[in-house]
Amino acid sequence: MTNLGKQPAAGGGGLLQIDGLRKAYGDQVILRDLTLSVPEHQCLVLIGASGSGKSTLLRCINLLEQVDDGTILLQGNDITDPRVDADTVRAQVGIVFQAFNLFPHMSVLDNITLAPRRVHGIDRGTAERQAREMLDRVGLADKAKARPDDLSGGQQQRVAIARALVNKPLLMLFDEVTSALDPELVGEVLTLLTDLKHDGTTMLVATHEMAFAREVADQVVFLADGSIAEAGPPSQVMDHPSDPRTQKFLRRMSF
Amino acid sequence: MSDTDDGWVASKVQLDRESYRRRRTRRSVLIASVSTVVVVAVVVLVVVNTPGWPRFRSTFLDLSYGWEVLPDIASGLWLNIRLMVICEIAILIVALVVALLRSLRGPAWFPLRALAIAYTDLFRGLPLILVLFLLGFGMPSLRLDWLPKSGLFWGCVALVLTYGAYVSEVLRAGIESVHPSQRAAARSLGLNHGKTMRFVVVPQAVRRVLPPLLNDLVSLMKDTGLISVLGVVYDAVLNAKIETSQTYNYTPYVVAGVLFVIITIPLTRLTDWVARRQGWTGAGGTV
Repeated sequence: MTNLGKQPAAGGGGLLQIDGLRKAYGDQVILRDLTLSVPEHQCLVLIGASGSGKSTLLRCINLLEQVDDGTILLQGNDITDPRVDADTVRAQVGIVFQAFNLFPHMSVLDNITLAPRRVHGIDRGTAERQAREMLDRVGLADKAKARPDDLSGGQQQRVAIARALVNKPLLMLFDEVTSALDPELVGEVLTLLTDLKHDGTTMLVATHEMAFAREVADQVVFLADGSIAEAGPPSQVMDHPSDPRTQKFLRRMSF
Repeated sequence: MSDTDDGWVASKVQLDRESYRRRRTRRSVLIASVSTVVVVAVVVLVVVNTPGWPRFRSTFLDLSYGWEVLPDIASGLWLNIRLMVICEIAILIVALVVALLRSLRGPAWFPLRALAIAYTDLFRGLPLILVLFLLGFGMPSLRLDWLPKSGLFWGCVALVLTYGAYVSEVLRAGIESVHPSQRAAARSLGLNHGKTMRFVVVPQAVRRVLPPLLNDLVSLMKDTGLISVLGVVYDAVLNAKIETSQTYNYTPYVVAGVLFVIITIPLTRLTDWVARRQGWTGAGGTV
C-alpha cells in the first residue's frame, strides 16, 4: 500500500524522488515510509484530511523540518544529507504558505527583491526589473510600491508566489495556498497556478480544491495517516478510488 | 532515535546521518571549549603582566581584606534586597495606574491622560541621581513637620517615581500590543471599559511584557545602591564606601559588585525561565 515503486505514476527517478521518508514528533508519527516521485514539468497534487501530513511533507522537502529517516533526492542529490548546505537547497526550491507570510515592513517590490539581492547577489536594478516582470505575470504590476497590508488576501498570495518564482526554483511547493482566502478570491490564485503548470513549472501542491486537482494534476496522491493510501492520474484516484479511506474522503469533500 | 511502537527500525542512511551529526556536535563542543580556554588564558596573562598589576591587585583584589569586610557589606545588601521588594511593589502599582490612564479614550479623560503623559515625560527624562538629590535633600529642607525626613523614605520615593515612568511605558506597550479584536470581543459581550481592561487586555499585556518587566527589576536591584548618595542609608554600597575611606583600599567596592552580580544572576535566569515556560523561545522552529 505504501510502496508506490510498482505504480507507474509514482515510480522512476523524477526531478524530486522521495524514498522511505519518515517524520515523527515525539511518539506521534506524521509521515511513515513515504515514497513518491515528481517528474520534471509535472504537477503532483496532494490531497487528504487535515493532519494527514501534507504540510509536513512539504516542509521536509524545503528542509524546514529535519527528517527522521529516508531520503529526498532533488535532481539525484540527497538533500537530507546533513553535509548538504540547507540554504543552497532552499534557494532552489520555492514554497508558498497558507498564510502568505509576506514581510509586513517591506513594500511588495522589496519582498520580491530580497532573496535575489541578498542571496543571489543580483544588483538592485536588475532585481527590480525582474521583480516587476514577475509582478506583471501575476497581474499586480501596479502594486509594486504597496505594503502587503494594503492588499487583499488573493493579491498577497499572488505576491508570495511571485516572491518564490523570481528565484527560478527547480521545484515549487504550494501548501494549501487558498485555504486562508475568501471564496471569491480563490479563483485568481488557482488560475495563476494553472498558468504556471502550463508554462512547465514542476509543482507539488497540497490542496483541498478538488476541482483544481482534477483539472490540473498529472498525478493525485491521497495521504492518510502519514502514508500514501492511493496515487495515480486524477481520473483514476478521484473517479474510481479503490481505497475505502479515499472513497470516504471524496464523498465528504463533495457534500 | 530508537525503535518506536510502529516497528520502525532506522535505516543505514539514517544511522549514518545520526552518527555524522553526533560527530559534528562533538567537534563543535571541542572547538568551543578549547577556544574559550585559550581566550581566557590570554586575557589573564595580558592583565597579570601589565606594569601596574601588583599595585592594582593589592588595591582592588585584597582577598583577606575583602573577606574581613564581607559581613558588613552583606548585611548592607540585605537592606538593598528589602528596598527592591518594597519599591517594586509600589512601582508596579504606580506604573499600572499611569498606563491605564494613558490608554483611556475620549475627550473627557484628556486632563488625566495629559497628567500621565507629563509624568512619564518628566521622570523618564530626569537622571535618577538628580531626583534622589532633589527629593532626598530638598523635601526635608522644606521643614514641613508632617513630611517624613528619612533619607531612606525619599530615596524610595525617587526610585518609585523614576522607575514607575519606565515601567508604565512597558505596560502601555503591552496593552497596545493586544489586538483590537480582543477589545471588540470583550465589549461585544457587554463588558465595560474597566472590566475589558481587567479581565481581557491587562492579563494578556502583562504576559507579553514579563521579560522586559523583569529586566527593569534587575536594573532596579542595582539602582537601590544609588540611595547611598543620600549618605544616611547603610546599604552595601555605602558600607563599602565607609570601609574604603578608612584604608584607601577599593576591595570593598569589588566585594559589593560581586555580591550584586550574585543576587541579579538568579533574577536574570528567572526572566529566561518565565519566557521559556510561556513559550517565548524567540523565533522558534528548526530554521
